Amino acid sequence: MTYRKMILSAIAGMFLVSPVFAELVFPSLSYRTGPYGPNGIPFADGYEDYFTLVNQRDGGIGGEKVRVVKCETAYNTEKGVECYESTKGEGALLYQPLSTGITYQLIPKASADNIPVLSSGYGRTSAKNGKIFKWIFNFPGTYWDAASIATKHAMEMSGGSLDGKKIALVYHNSGYGKEPIRTLEELSKKHKFELMLLPVDHPGQEQKSQWLQIRRERPDYIFMWGWGVMNSVAIQEAANIRFPMENFIGVWWSGSENDVIPAGDAAHGYKSLAMHAPGDDFPVYDDMRKFVIDKGLGAGDGSNVGTVLYSRGMYAAILAVEGAKSAQAIHGVSKITPTMMRDGLEALEITEEKLASVGLAGFAPTFKASCENHGGVGAAAIQQWDAKKGTWSFITDYMTSDKSVIQPLIDADSAQFAAENNIKERCN
Amino acid sequence: MSADFLYTIEVILNGLMAGVLYALVALGFVLIFKASGIFNYAQGVMALFAALTLVGLQEGRVPFAHLINAVFGTHVHNFEWTLPALAAIILTVFVMILFAICVEKLILKHLVNQEPIILFMATIGLAYFMEGFGDLMWGSDVKKLNVGLPQGGSFWFEDLTIGWAAEGEKFYGMYVDVLDVWAAIIAVVLVLVLTIFSQYTKSGRALRAVADDHQAALSVGISLRMIWVLVWSISGFVALVAGMMWGAKSGVQFSLSLIALKALPVLMLGGFTSIPGAIVGGLIIGAGEKLFEFFVGGFIGGATENWFAYVLALLFLVFRPQGLFGEKIIERV
Repeated sequence: MTYRKMILSAIAGMFLVSPVFAELVFPSLSYRTGPYGPNGIPFADGYEDYFTLVNQRDGGIGGEKVRVVKCETAYNTEKGVECYESTKGEGALLYQPLSTGITYQLIPKASADNIPVLSSGYGRTSAKNGKIFKWIFNFPGTYWDAASIATKHAMEMSGGSLDGKKIALVYHNSGYGKEPIRTLEELSKKHKFELMLLPVDHPGQEQKSQWLQIRRERPDYIFMWGWGVMNSVAIQEAANIRFPMENFIGVWWSGSENDVIPAGDAAHGYKSLAMHAPGDDFPVYDDMRKFVIDKGLGAGDGSNVGTVLYSRGMYAAILAVEGAKSAQAIHGVSKITPTMMRDGLEALEITEEKLASVGLAGFAPTFKASCENHGGVGAAAIQQWDAKKGTWSFITDYMTSDKSVIQPLIDADSAQFAAENNIKERCN
Repeated sequence: MSADFLYTIEVILNGLMAGVLYALVALGFVLIFKASGIFNYAQGVMALFAALTLVGLQEGRVPFAHLINAVFGTHVHNFEWTLPALAAIILTVFVMILFAICVEKLILKHLVNQEPIILFMATIGLAYFMEGFGDLMWGSDVKKLNVGLPQGGSFWFEDLTIGWAAEGEKFYGMYVDVLDVWAAIIAVVLVLVLTIFSQYTKSGRALRAVADDHQAALSVGISLRMIWVLVWSISGFVALVAGMMWGAKSGVQFSLSLIALKALPVLMLGGFTSIPGAIVGGLIIGAGEKLFEFFVGGFIGGATENWFAYVLALLFLVFRPQGLFGEKIIERV
């Protein structure tokens, strides 16, 4: 090698290699534009702000600064995949795409590239089976957990039995919205209730047919798997036909302020599942304002701090940070690789003490991931909207799902995926 | 009467009222296309922008607050006043007139004599610009729109119709949304006003003259630029009405701009140059898609409305390519 080539190689090495290991890189596959932007913005703000807080307050994770690489997906699966391809070379440690469609596409890609994906409360449910899905995580809960917990709540409201009752599922006509159907079908057999399926096409601005059908068939409960404008229109339509709001239960993606505010007082009493507590009555938000928002370092203007979706994005970042800390502890290094990050996520344990240490005591359910279980405990609480106060409040403790129904479904679905992709079970 | 028959009537009724809402959006397209031959891709975004402006003015929001705060480090969000709905609507109309003047001065003036496809592409650019501009001006959060229009099912109509079913039939009375009824009334008034304006005012006659023959209108001294401002202003007003109606149902948010997708099959069916066509097309699409969902949707998985509207429009096009009321255009080669 000539002297000139050596110099050029050294310079190229400085530019190409050093950024990968100089910081901990977390891509933010966000959507701030398009019809789902109003929901994507607070989530992305919460996600990015928490990393900024960790950099500003703690000096990074284990002394390593975090770098967030942003890419706009517009909640579009093709764009999401493009974002993945264009950012993975930056040394990405973990992807959280906030889209079931994008997650499905990334499962084979990220598995081949050895980069972990965390789809908290969305994505492919059977990815909970860590024996098959080595690189995919979906703690603290899945859509099948959500379907089971909503059914459990309806059963409690009906005095312990759903025999002869009718439950309607109003769902976004997409991979996301269809995800709970399989579980609900099994639950309807077990608990002897009738299941009505009512798809709503993107974006869901017009739902008159679905609500006329609901009015004709008079279901006892309505579950909703909606996103974006579909949620607010559905809540307004439910109020219009005078459906009892306390019997209308949305999944955790149908339970933000954006969904209920347009309906005004009519939304009073509407319920949704919650994978974490609402409100900003936690010390972490004081830190967030002090170290990030007030210094002008926030991803947004700070007006959505403490809203449900901001907190959801922040929670996603917390799980990533705690996963990275866990990886650093396991491998004894601060500059972790995606493979180490995966190990950290697999060994992640969220305890009350850990939540309290980040200023979020009692914020979310505790859980422990493992080689076999990438989905955590599968718990959620029910929250209810008070239109007068303009606040969400928990009306139940965290409930766990019916594993006797869900686990066989997870086993069957993951076994099918394994057979199609020639994957051998691990963790033996 | 049997409950099934009554429910079919209910579906048709609700379909017709949904159709009126589609027609409100389609009207804006028709007005601009008729007067200038431009297919205004930005019509849906204009409805969003008008609704955003209306809520912003009503709530006394500071325009460009995010930008001001980011640049100057301030924390301004709202003025200390709010506006009554009527005052906010009037001010929004002025904003839409200003918007029309800007469109004419900054875009259309420079594209005189260009091919229609160039003008169409300019409106695509305008749509994307307005999306971002609206967000920057009023913020991207979901906003509640309350202009005092009543909402919810009509008790009166329900009580009136509940006895129509034969004894023993499971029928709960017919449902109509009061907001949809208001939308229908407003649409009728709007069409009447537009008709009177175009038939009995000087400006309206000039508008019709330009629509009939640009060259002839110019030769008798009608200012094409004035007509463009006028027609974009009227279209902006129609967009405001559509934005108000749809915004009251769903809140004001980005997806409001997608209501334009609902207007396309209406235009295909009714014709791009006919105001009655927009209305009749809207009614046919609204009732047709609801009936199809009611009778067939359940057998094929539901959610048929979005695509069926286009199928219905295409079926009509097979027999009348110019739409129901559109003008037959014969171009010599």
